[in-house]
Amino acid sequence: MSDRDHRPEEFADLDDSAPGEERINEQEVAGGLLGYVTGFGLAILLTIASFVAAQSGLIYQPAIISALVVLAIAQMGVHLVFFIHLTTGPDNTNNVLALAFGVFIVVLVVLGSVWIMTHLNHNMMPMNGIQMQ
Amino acid sequence: MLGKLDWSAIPFDEPIPLIAALVVFLAAIGVLAWITVKGFWPYLWREWITSVDHKRIGVMYVLLAVLMLLRGFIDAIMMRTQQIAAIHGPGYLPPDHYDQIFSAHGTIMIFFGAMPFMIGLMNLVVPLQLGVRDVAFPTLNSVSFWLTASGALLVNISLVIGEFARTGWLPYAPLSELDYSPGVGVDYYLWAIQISGVGTLMTGVNLVATILKMRALGMGYLRMPMFCWTSLAANLLIVAAFPILTATLAMLTLDRYLGFHFFTNEAGGNPMMFVNLIWAWGHPEVYILVLPAFGIFSEVFSTFSSKPLFGYRSMVAATLFICIVSFMVWLHHFFTMGAGADVNAAFGIATSIIAVGTGVKIYNWLFTMYGGRIRFDTPMLWAIGFITTFTVGGMTGVLLAVPPADFMLHNSMFLVAHFHNVIIAGVLFGAFAGFTYWFPKAFGFRLHEGWGKAAFWFTLLGFILVFLPLYIVGLQGMTRRLQHIEIDPWVPWLIVAACGILVMIVGAACQITQLVVSIRHRDELRDETGDPWDGRSLEWSTSSPPPSFNFARLPHVGGEEAYWTMKQRRIEMQDSGEEPAYEPIEMPKNSPTGFVAAFFATLVGFALIWHIWWLAIIGLIGAYATFVVFAWRDVAEYEVSAEELERIERAGQPAWSKHGEELA
Repeated sequence: MSDRDHRPEEFADLDDSAPGEERINEQEVAGGLLGYVTGFGLAILLTIASFVAAQSGLIYQPAIISALVVLAIAQMGVHLVFFIHLTTGPDNTNNVLALAFGVFIVVLVVLGSVWIMTHLNHNMMPMNGIQMQ
Repeated sequence: MLGKLDWSAIPFDEPIPLIAALVVFLAAIGVLAWITVKGFWPYLWREWITSVDHKRIGVMYVLLAVLMLLRGFIDAIMMRTQQIAAIHGPGYLPPDHYDQIFSAHGTIMIFFGAMPFMIGLMNLVVPLQLGVRDVAFPTLNSVSFWLTASGALLVNISLVIGEFARTGWLPYAPLSELDYSPGVGVDYYLWAIQISGVGTLMTGVNLVATILKMRALGMGYLRMPMFCWTSLAANLLIVAAFPILTATLAMLTLDRYLGFHFFTNEAGGNPMMFVNLIWAWGHPEVYILVLPAFGIFSEVFSTFSSKPLFGYRSMVAATLFICIVSFMVWLHHFFTMGAGADVNAAFGIATSIIAVGTGVKIYNWLFTMYGGRIRFDTPMLWAIGFITTFTVGGMTGVLLAVPPADFMLHNSMFLVAHFHNVIIAGVLFGAFAGFTYWFPKAFGFRLHEGWGKAAFWFTLLGFILVFLPLYIVGLQGMTRRLQHIEIDPWVPWLIVAACGILVMIVGAACQITQLVVSIRHRDELRDETGDPWDGRSLEWSTSSPPPSFNFARLPHVGGEEAYWTMKQRRIEMQDSGEEPAYEPIEMPKNSPTGFVAAFFATLVGFALIWHIWWLAIIGLIGAYATFVVFAWRDVAEYEVSAEELERIERAGQPAWSKHGEELA
């Protein structure tokens, strides 16, 4: 075990920092603050945009839901980049994989549930309310 | 003032729960009095209750699990005896009480028996196997444990104050809605599971972070011991699946407390959505339980066959395959709900496919044993018992995965026999194997072999005697959860099953005797080397029990089976390794945060169950204050100096230097 003495300093490995860890530059007065402010501003803009889209009549009525979905996904993107600090850097592989796993499971459960539930309704006895429609 | 709580909540007219509660209460008072008389409180508070050491927390998890397994086992004994006492008659348990018993049995066994047992073993072993000093978030770990204990406490309080759910272990809507279950039973279930569920979710996050980010130098993913891999997969499943449970139960809570209509029959609610969502969590849950057990068996088979695990990489692949596919099969729990042929066929095929992953593992274990020098110690017996009986449970599972067969067998005793066959033979045997295997590591002495083997044989025999007849009555058409029996051909089989449970009681008694005998003879059973089983992974490279910091110098890993390679090299080179240069290390300070937070969580849970709103508010404020106090702490760590490390290392025999002395 002679290699024991040559190991690098513990926790000093810059390529292996904790997820989302920001390397704050001591000289900088507001290190990292700019990123958070930008993110906050974008998040507020997107939130206002969804209220406007839903209530102002600016958008063609049947397209409102699609618009909201797009804005929601953009909102998630803003959160992931500015607050969760998800990047494509080499030390972020774990986080990207975790996100991919999460998205995959959500898609499985949501699509699976929709598929199952629509089929259940197909096989239900016809109910009076439905017959009347 | 006290919401719905008054004297009518205590079942004075029902002797069985009252006497049971009295016995438990007296036993608890006795234990507390004994601790007070002996003056153990300061020690317990300092070393255990406020401990953030992953090993201590793991031990407490397992202790909680053992207590709850006994409680659930008593419920099981009552069900088996009720069914032979109630042939053409009422038996001794009224339907109302019987329904609570089978609901409590399932809830306790899964949430407070099997889960804490597995989480406890993962807590104890994973950081040691990874060659690190603690989990990623030690205080969070303590909070997780105490929240789980809080949930277990609430379920057991329901024995005396009020009632438990009468809905089965998964409170299917609309039966669990306010219209059909107006009592507090379902509320006890909801809050107990929500509180402990938060704990489980945080454990999941904690262990995933630990395994992904905190491995010893050189411990690449494909050098991790198999147990770490299955723990990683199980905890990924926890992180992905438990939010579904929390959300589903939260929706049911809104229905019951605030008049929502998610799962009601009327006003646009859909009870079938509850069944769908609860099983979207429920199927991954069974793999959360069984994957760590698979990991334990992998360690045991390889250690006691004195061989590396056969097909390590295929084992990793099979584990991750199961991890993903377990999210694609949940409909097989409700084929009969009426999803139609297309949907049923798709999920039936997926279910058959998931068995392939387990099949790969079974063959890998068989080939691990093949040509090995097998030692039949107690953990190995549990493992061999597992592989023979679990396979039967797997086969009946594949049978049930065929939708037409499932239509015949749904909710029959055949199903009951099937899932007990996989959970007992898989999870429980795994837990016992891990318990015996890692007990010397946790406490520094081995468990008595004779009593351990007796416990194994009685438990195995009893288990077969109970569940084989249940398969048969299931095929004869007996449905589950029957409070009384009117069909004569079932009777002989039920009597055999009842005899089986007697044998299982003997097995449980052997298990307890084993513990008592081992503690009394601990000096003869002492493990001086830290490596009692000739182990292969890093947990055996440190002393038993390990010091609070696990490793004075973090190990370097040069390949698979880190410790085995180190040992072999030292034996070849006749070298115990030079005395390392010690450097001071920092360890997390103990903190009462977990205990205090769980105390307030219990208050909140109890208050919400009984609609005592002021108490709930006090509890929430208290829990928040605990968090604030913790966040404002000044000192989070303490330093162990180099001299201290050296002293402890010399005193507490590091395993490898002992080996060196033996060789010299």
